[in-house]
Amino acid sequence: MSGKVLMKGNEAFSEAAIRGGCRYYFGYPITPQNEIPEYMSRELPKHDGHFIQAESEIGAIMMAYGAGAAGGRVFITSSSPGIALFQEGISLMCSAQVPTVILTVSRCGPGIGGIQPGQADYFQATRGGGNGDYRVPVFAPSSVQEGVDMVYQAMELSDKLRNPVMIFTDGLLGQMMEPVVMPDFVPVPKSDEIRKGKPWALTGYGKDDSKRNTVTSLRIVPDVLEKYVHGLFEKYEQAEKELCRVETFDIEDADMVIVAFGTVARITKEAISMLKEQGIKVGLIRPISLWPFPYDVFNKISPKTKVVISAELSMGQMIQDVELGIAKRFPVRLINRTGGTIPTSLEIAERAKKIYEEIGG
Amino acid sequence: MLQPVFEYTKGMLPVETNYCPGCTHGISHRLIMEVLEEMDMLGNTIGCGPIGCSVMAHRFMNVDMMECAHGRAPAIASGIRRVHPDKLIFTYQGDGDLASIGTAEFIHAAARGEHITTFFINNAIYGMTGGQMAPTTLIGQKSTTTQTGRTVAQAGAPMRVCELVSTLDGAVYVERVALNSPANINKAKKAVKRAFDVQEKKLGFSMIEFVSTCPTNWGLSPLEAIDFLNEKMLPYYPLGVFRSPEGGQ
Ligand SMILES: Cc1ncc(C[n+]2csc(CCOP(=O)(O)OP(=O)(O)O)c2C)c(N)n1
Repeated sequence: MSGKVLMKGNEAFSEAAIRGGCRYYFGYPITPQNEIPEYMSRELPKHDGHFIQAESEIGAIMMAYGAGAAGGRVFITSSSPGIALFQEGISLMCSAQVPTVILTVSRCGPGIGGIQPGQADYFQATRGGGNGDYRVPVFAPSSVQEGVDMVYQAMELSDKLRNPVMIFTDGLLGQMMEPVVMPDFVPVPKSDEIRKGKPWALTGYGKDDSKRNTVTSLRIVPDVLEKYVHGLFEKYEQAEKELCRVETFDIEDADMVIVAFGTVARITKEAISMLKEQGIKVGLIRPISLWPFPYDVFNKISPKTKVVISAELSMGQMIQDVELGIAKRFPVRLINRTGGTIPTSLEIAERAKKIYEEIGG
Repeated sequence: MLQPVFEYTKGMLPVETNYCPGCTHGISHRLIMEVLEEMDMLGNTIGCGPIGCSVMAHRFMNVDMMECAHGRAPAIASGIRRVHPDKLIFTYQGDGDLASIGTAEFIHAAARGEHITTFFINNAIYGMTGGQMAPTTLIGQKSTTTQTGRTVAQAGAPMRVCELVSTLDGAVYVERVALNSPANINKAKKAVKRAFDVQEKKLGFSMIEFVSTCPTNWGLSPLEAIDFLNEKMLPYYPLGVFRSPEGGQ
């Protein structure tokens, strides 16, 4: 581990990827994640790694598909409209079971939208915009250090799952500087050692064509495809059990519970202290994994709670998962900003208090 | 003792292909695989198949292979190249795959001078989806989306891919061959070998365009399709070397 260093989020996530074994990065410039391709273009060659500035985000994710299928550890990043272009590749990689780690530094939409932080890509990340039945584990840090640890661990996880894994950050986390401790470098196999760890990878079979590998996605016979998709979902069910992560406090004894992730969770923590000073007991649920979503944690909310609030930088997307978790046991309300304005802790506290009073708390 | 005068290449797996009578996909497959066998490189090659009639190429070609999304093979091959600097890597793509949906990936792989070889199957039509217009469909040629024949006014003029890519310095070997006669098929095989040689020497991007047939979607018999290729396609798509390390453009 490194000593404590002060780093910008985007650069820290890049360094974490390299330390986690990433030697292949393919990217296309888009604000607010440009520090990542810049960092990777400079640093990867020092580790015998490779950087390509792709012709588009479609090109970038297809390079990732190729390098991932060839057995390399790959990291790709983008922001909202670019992640939209990734979708074809995400569905393809889930289908062909090719690993890669994807980081989104999300901004505002719809369309070209704006370049300030947003969370309106929650559906894009957790539901996906690609075709067909597939799932992508999504983790949302609320500090630079947490993002560093997530990117680092996702490298191993996506190889193990043979599936893309996504880290969901926003423009604020990408651009802010925080002290971080960097994990150690993991060893990286050479080109001719890849098949030992990844017997499925495309490396050329050498002398013995019984070891020929193919990486495919087309399954034209309905029964074959149905069986294959069921196989994928056995993997996803297992992942759902193992990957769910959530932070909570005070939800067993709260007048009101606020659910928030990423940047908004940080601000909400401050808002909760303000409300406490005014005598309102507020609990927090911070989903760390957005898929799998921590539905079960909602069973722990105290029955005397008056209202559950979803606080988001969107018109209300995570709130649908909150409602699934609440299952009509409590009223659910939204506190939101969109377009790139981040609410202050005071704004969240005031709006939460107003909701609480309207509910009759 | 009996001497074998012909042997099936080990590069083709002993399975039936899904190609129609008179289609030349099978010939191009075999040429590529024969060359790889002769180079003793079958076990050191990674192929990237397309979406199109040859989407099942990985079931026929005896090399490590992957299926690519429609048009994306050159980007995928570029990713593979970074992981395996010393393997032969090729893409195999139709005219819809390469010259329409995958134009950006193809042109930029060439512009970067990727050490890969692209085999481009120009049959002037979308075969797999049932005969729609391709970027290479000729003026006057009927397709299911140009039912009275392609016009410049409605769809523009057909793309000449070799000529286009030859303007890029990264594309160091570019040749157009035709699969219309035994002599030309022999020439095509030599072109495949030269393209792989250029790749082995890490000189840059190489591409071979095969002027091909699609009797089914052209609505012609296999022999009539060869006539169409000779009379209509070759005047618009002239054969030859457009770029080589020795000769420049
Ligand atoms: C994203 C996407 N768009 C469209 C298709 C449908 N599609 C499959 S094959 C094909 C055209 C193939 O034509 P070509 O590349 O000329 O190859 P051929 O079949 O003639 O060998 C199309 C449009 C697809 N599979 N994926």
